Amino acid sequence: MTSATASAPLRQVGKPRRSITRWVPIILIAFFVLAAVFAPLLAPYDPNSQNLLGRMRPPGTMSRSFHYLLGSDELGRDLLTRLIYGARVSLFVAIASVILSGVVGVLLGMLAGYLRGWVELIVMRLVDVFLSIPAILLAIITVAVLGTGLVNVIVVLALTRWPRYARIAYGQTLSVANMPYVRLAAFMGASTPRVLLRHILPNIIGAVTVVATLEFGLMVLFEAGLSFLGLGVQPPTASWGAMLSSGRNYLATAWWIATFPGLCLFLLILAVNLIGDDLRDRFDPRSQ
Amino acid sequence: MMTETAQRDETPVLAIKDLRIQIGGLDVVDGVSLRADRGRILAVVGESGCGKSLTALSILRLLPKAARIAEGRIELEGTDLAHLPEKDLEDIRGNQASIIFQEPIASLNPLMRVGAQVEEALRLHRGLSHAEAQREALAMLVSVGIPDPQRRARQYPFELSGGMCQRVMIAAALICRPRLLIADEPTTALDVTIQAQILDLMKRLRDEVGTSIIIITHDMGVVAEMADDVAVMYGGRVVERGPVDTIFAAPAHPYTHLLLATVPRLDGHRKSALRTIEGIVPGVDQWPKGCRFRSRCPLATDVCARRPSLDPVDATGHAAACWHKDRLREIA
Ligand SMILES: Nc1ncnc2c1ncn2[C@@H]1O[C@H](COP(=O)(O)OP(=O)(O)OP(=O)(O)O)[C@@H](O)[C@H]1O
Ligand code: SF4
Ligand SMILES: [Mg+2]
Repeated sequence: MTSATASAPLRQVGKPRRSITRWVPIILIAFFVLAAVFAPLLAPYDPNSQNLLGRMRPPGTMSRSFHYLLGSDELGRDLLTRLIYGARVSLFVAIASVILSGVVGVLLGMLAGYLRGWVELIVMRLVDVFLSIPAILLAIITVAVLGTGLVNVIVVLALTRWPRYARIAYGQTLSVANMPYVRLAAFMGASTPRVLLRHILPNIIGAVTVVATLEFGLMVLFEAGLSFLGLGVQPPTASWGAMLSSGRNYLATAWWIATFPGLCLFLLILAVNLIGDDLRDRFDPRSQ
Repeated sequence: MMTETAQRDETPVLAIKDLRIQIGGLDVVDGVSLRADRGRILAVVGESGCGKSLTALSILRLLPKAARIAEGRIELEGTDLAHLPEKDLEDIRGNQASIIFQEPIASLNPLMRVGAQVEEALRLHRGLSHAEAQREALAMLVSVGIPDPQRRARQYPFELSGGMCQRVMIAAALICRPRLLIADEPTTALDVTIQAQILDLMKRLRDEVGTSIIIITHDMGVVAEMADDVAVMYGGRVVERGPVDTIFAAPAHPYTHLLLATVPRLDGHRKSALRTIEGIVPGVDQWPKGCRFRSRCPLATDVCARRPSLDPVDATGHAAACWHKDRLREIA
């Protein structure tokens, strides 16, 4: 007992700055998540109520009953309100599609790498096929089949992104599966799900998490791209991506329309990446 | 034709009969028969590539994909493992028979606490609750000589030394009190002092747990230290076997004789200089017909082109496969 408590402070000596890099991104993300969850309570106005007389007003101006803290957009809607509501769409789409594509991809990749044989053949051939089709083309085809909408955007993103996870999970599983401890566990009678979840998954989750954090940022941008093409979330629903792309047109005359959603995206992606780094360290006890 | 002269009273824990293992059509293990008796330690010894590991792995049907058992029986307390369905084997592995390997660190999951890994077999085979399994695992960690087991159980393998990891592996292998423990070069990766401790530990647990042990080694020193019985392998065959004292005192096979001569002797009684056996082990596809030791044997004659059978030398169970057992003293 005494030596256990003695070793605890020892661990922290090497990482003095850790508490800051750990908490700042968590606070940031908590901030965005809270904004998304409590949007109706926090937002000063209705996200869709227009004020054509107060179009593209700079931050801090007032027009009729509106007080535009962060300015207004090209239809005179309050930017702060739309940012708060936009957090909902951006976070939800990104989180849901990362989880969906991650679970599907990691599961298929692990099965392919562990079972080998025809499972490997089919899964990895599918991965190649999916990765060879341009993501946007695949998205357009899927939307044509499924139609637009929030859920469909998530399905589209998961469909286009699972091969990334499958590939990393497959490669990692191949190397881990040959470790004596995995073979021992299997030979001792651990079932395939138990071997995969208890022995292989913990050893590959670090690499998967790193991919997932990169993917998270990408998903936010993908959603923006799809919305920009009119294939994603349909107007007037606010999303940071859609706001960013429509604000692009007014960058010279009304910088705030694109800048604030861009800043939000930047902070969100940065925070997620910092958390990803931290998670990777924590998943792997060797790096402690 | 009586090859098993000295029948011990009990049926052996493990009896391998005429085991033949093929890789790519070649007999890499060719007609091996071994027996591990209750509460005894059998050492399987031989140079690299002679088929020791394949033989050991085949017992629990852990052979690599390329290899297959072409013939023979592997009887664990009467049950023929060579022909058992895979499902039934799961019941046996880690439960009635366990195996430990050369690399203790690679044999442990780096991301699982060592305590949980010792418990694993108990939970798989006995369906014990976490608390019960934990209690037994702690007791086992104590008996394999791990100090402060409460704390160690909560650590990860990278926090333990190689010798400590091997102790944990032994604890995990013995937690279900198996009848048979197979140890494939368990101390080769460890330094000499730790090596001696681990061997001592295995000997002690043999008595405490009541398990028979098959230890695979290329080190005659380990054989002398550990074994009750020894089987000497060359070219995928057992060339000599018997009680360790008999074989050390009076080897009947030229290969064993030369192998013993390579062991440095402290008393300087025979050769003081360290010897090696002349020539190299031929590749699997280049073994000569008949006696496979023929290409290196100083006593080889034409008759050796026929395969010698493993015939008894005396009534103690000592047997050797050589046409010229009587000419051994001719080797300098
Ligand atoms: N997976 C495999 N594929 C092909 N050949 C193999 C395989 N495993 C073993 N062999 C061959 O079978 C023969 C016996 O191998 P085995 O591992 O049993 O030897 P060993 O006596 O344990 O040697 P060592 O002391 O080096 O461990 C060797 O010649 C080896 O090349
Ligand atoms: S049978 Fe012949 S070749 Fe083989 S060990 Fe005996 S003497 Fe040597
Ligand atoms: Mg070996």
